[in-house]
Amino acid sequence: MELICPAGTPASLEAAVEAGADAVYCGFRDETNARNFPGLNFSREELRKSIAFAHRRGVKVLVAINTFARAGSFGLWQAAIDDAVAAGADALILADLATLDYAARHHPAQRLHVSVQAGAANPDAIRFYVESFGARRVVLPRVLNVAEIASIVRESACETEVFVFGGLCVMEEGRCSLSSYATGKSPNMNGVCSPASHVAYAEREGQIVSTLGGFTINSFGKDESAGYPTLCKGRFVTPKSSGYIFEEPVSLDAAVMLPALRDAGVTAFKIEGRQRGRAYIAEVVRSFRRILAEIDQGRSAPPAGLAAMAEGQASTVGAYRKSWR
Amino acid sequence: MPEPETTGSRVTPPRLPQWLSRAMEPLPLAPLQPVLALMLARIGRAHPDLYDRLGEHAEKRFGLDPTDLPFSFVLEPRPGRPLVRAVRVLPGGLDASIRGPLAGLIGMAEGTLDGDALFFSRVLWVEGDVAASLALRNAIDDARIDFGKVLLGGLGPVGARLAEVARARMRTLPGVGGQPWN
Repeated sequence: MELICPAGTPASLEAAVEAGADAVYCGFRDETNARNFPGLNFSREELRKSIAFAHRRGVKVLVAINTFARAGSFGLWQAAIDDAVAAGADALILADLATLDYAARHHPAQRLHVSVQAGAANPDAIRFYVESFGARRVVLPRVLNVAEIASIVRESACETEVFVFGGLCVMEEGRCSLSSYATGKSPNMNGVCSPASHVAYAEREGQIVSTLGGFTINSFGKDESAGYPTLCKGRFVTPKSSGYIFEEPVSLDAAVMLPALRDAGVTAFKIEGRQRGRAYIAEVVRSFRRILAEIDQGRSAPPAGLAAMAEGQASTVGAYRKSWR
Repeated sequence: MPEPETTGSRVTPPRLPQWLSRAMEPLPLAPLQPVLALMLARIGRAHPDLYDRLGEHAEKRFGLDPTDLPFSFVLEPRPGRPLVRAVRVLPGGLDASIRGPLAGLIGMAEGTLDGDALFFSRVLWVEGDVAASLALRNAIDDARIDFGKVLLGGLGPVGARLAEVARARMRTLPGVGGQPWN
């Protein structure tokens, strides 16, 4: 079982490697990757040096070029693919059919992974990516339960990777436009969900109020844990009720599901959080490395105990044990 | 909608004792200014990549407000001409302000505490330009700045040892947070 860890900066990549990552995923400092946040990501030179560092430690580096290319600007995505290959990336994580096609044609020896952003959630979709582009792995959306994942693994001719910790999208990634409605920018096209440039916080009558694109989306009491300023974690008033209607501020923690996911045939476990600091990456990677070692020795999987790191200081196994759809 | 299944304790870095904060109140800020200027100059020289990450935000004015200190800081990273100064009260017109206990701000800056976790815990708060604040946080996180060594660097190995002792002391200060969490 591989442990795939996030890195938003070279320092985070080194922290992930030191903490026991089998592979680290990262992206360029532009809109080709779905974590295009201020002050984050890698220059070409940083990526080259970081890959060399990781390879010296026997760790792989996967480069996420997983936004959807904008018409008229495909050169940006082509250059990202060419440069990641030249830098020695062990795999490219791609979502857009055009980027997959370009990479498969121009770099036939390069290992390709299908990003979670592609929303490949059934065997037929996965077969298409495998047969058309030679994809070797698919990152499954966070909307499937373990039985569904096992079914997909049985019917698929490529490896599967699933998220086991971190930020939790309840929407099927790559197809969520909530951020676009409020800000004109989305993770799919611009690499930013709820871009920081459109977020504001203000104190009103003892409450901290968060707004996105001018829309009030949440209000936290003095002692209430906070969450990311995303619409899916906003509180809304509807004719039936008021409160969180999509998702509470909560993170995924599927540590206790690792044995079931392993038995389902999953190849790799992925930690979300390229936007997080070194402290998060070191702590979470170290924790999951320890849990995987315990599972390898036949012991049961303890909870990761990382709620302090979680959004809203709360965690869930999400769809893996879902009774909802 | 998935229901939260596990909840946990908040990240609670220690706060300076109130008596210490009160004791510092009457102290003049003037002697602090050259020390701050020296620290910032050392950081700028040692971590030039920091400005690449800050990008357009390097020209912005940041307020850093340690909520357990009787003074705050105004930071203007500006490549080649950085400026930092201690102030009694943050002035108006800042692009962004970051508020939290000193240990939280230093822990985040040194990469021992995660900024998002501090935010979720309501320990740290941001006002104004959130993008600029994020850029500053990410740039500093990548720079791996050891503030103790920066401050005491002129003292050589003795300074490094002093910085380590001071950091250990910061971690165990009694306060609302109790034990450090990592």
